[in-house]
Amino acid sequence: MNWALRKSLWVYHVNTGACNNCDIEVLELLTPKYDIERLGMVLVGSPRHADVLAVTGACTRQAQPRLQEAYRQTPKPCVVMAIGVCANAQGIFTEAYHMGAGVDVAIRAVDPDAIIVYVPGCPPKPEAMIAAAVKAMELIKTL
Amino acid sequence: MNAFGIIGTYIAASVGTLAIGLFFRWFDRKATAMVQWRKGPPWYQPIADVLKLFSKETLVPSTARRTGFLIAPAIGLAASALVAAILWSAVLMPGTGFVGDLIVVVYLLLIPPVMTIFGGLASGSPQAVVGASREMKLILSYELPFFLALLVGVIHSDWSLQLGQVGAVPLYSISGAIAMVLAIIAMQAKLGQVPFDIAEAECEIMSGVYAEYSGPPLAIIYLGRAMMLAVMPLLLITVFWGGLTATPWGIAAFIGKYVLLVVLVTLIRNTNPRLRIDQIMKFFWLGLAPLGIAAVVIAVIGRAWAIKWL
Ligand code: SF4
Repeated sequence: MNWALRKSLWVYHVNTGACNNCDIEVLELLTPKYDIERLGMVLVGSPRHADVLAVTGACTRQAQPRLQEAYRQTPKPCVVMAIGVCANAQGIFTEAYHMGAGVDVAIRAVDPDAIIVYVPGCPPKPEAMIAAAVKAMELIKTL
Repeated sequence: MNAFGIIGTYIAASVGTLAIGLFFRWFDRKATAMVQWRKGPPWYQPIADVLKLFSKETLVPSTARRTGFLIAPAIGLAASALVAAILWSAVLMPGTGFVGDLIVVVYLLLIPPVMTIFGGLASGSPQAVVGASREMKLILSYELPFFLALLVGVIHSDWSLQLGQVGAVPLYSISGAIAMVLAIIAMQAKLGQVPFDIAEAECEIMSGVYAEYSGPPLAIIYLGRAMMLAVMPLLLITVFWGGLTATPWGIAAFIGKYVLLVVLVTLIRNTNPRLRIDQIMKFFWLGLAPLGIAAVVIAVIGRAWAIKWL
């Protein structure tokens, strides 16, 4: 069963207040040059279909409860991919007045055992995201 | 046929059709990738998808009617499996059908979309409700041209309502060709593929009718759609394109026709943008329905004066 999960990760993209640059890089994954469908990954339209939550952005106070709700709606086992410095550690927005807790803290508040993969960069290269996806697959192997 | 024969046929036909359908799902995605100059998924992709979905958690929204929500995909799958059984036995064992099985097939083909509506409404999510209402309008639009197209096939086979009773091949005549085009477009709509995928419109209403499904029910929906992808071209071949003749050439031609129809579905899907609801209704009612009536009239005239090419 882990084999099937590894070979068919469906991605739902959550934007928690990104500057749109990371989102464009996520879309880059679908283009002919990177073609993430080789690995069986596709973008889906609803968190209930997803196995990977691709979270971009710094997790603002407004976005935090929505992010947590999206995580609750994702059927487990699932992986959270925190894309970009913003999603990893709030980047240049840290300590700003409108910030929530940060993506990983917000997710761990819902589920302490969540699998979170960090992809640093501002924005990260698509290659970095593919590397992170492969790491996520390795992690799933150990489930 | 005794009860065991019937059950055996049903199971064999559904498993076989599922295998063909899953293969076509992969074929569809691979062809899409090739059209877009990508590499595309490996051949086992649909199997991995289904296995994964079966191993995941089932979430039921708090606003949903639990039973209806969970049972709808299964009924849809069972109905399309029944269609597959009737069609395959008509194709492989001509003469085992019964009078009126074409009508039964047409009715059964209506059940999967109706069950999608049912499940969408039962899930109690606004997006799914919007999707369900769109699916309803879609059914209202495509059913009439689809019936007219099948009626042309019936007229060509001497008003016989039995599958596999086609004498001459209806496709090689004017009315038959028109009917085939109508049926291909209606097939596209029935499969919910791109110019007509208003019911699940991913970027507008988040997968619409399927938005709330997860895990095993979603896997059953996936299987049901794969099944339909295998069943619809089969129906078109049986009614319009002469079915299967049991010679090596006949079998090769049958496979060729089958693949050709699926390639057509994929290409239409990849070269068209999604239509609006009103555009779809106008297209089917004002564009295709009169064409269908014209095809029926031509076919009747051709029948009455025994002109083969009409
Ligand atoms: S990490 Fe950089 S590129 Fe990505 S959302 Fe933040 S500021 Fe924008």
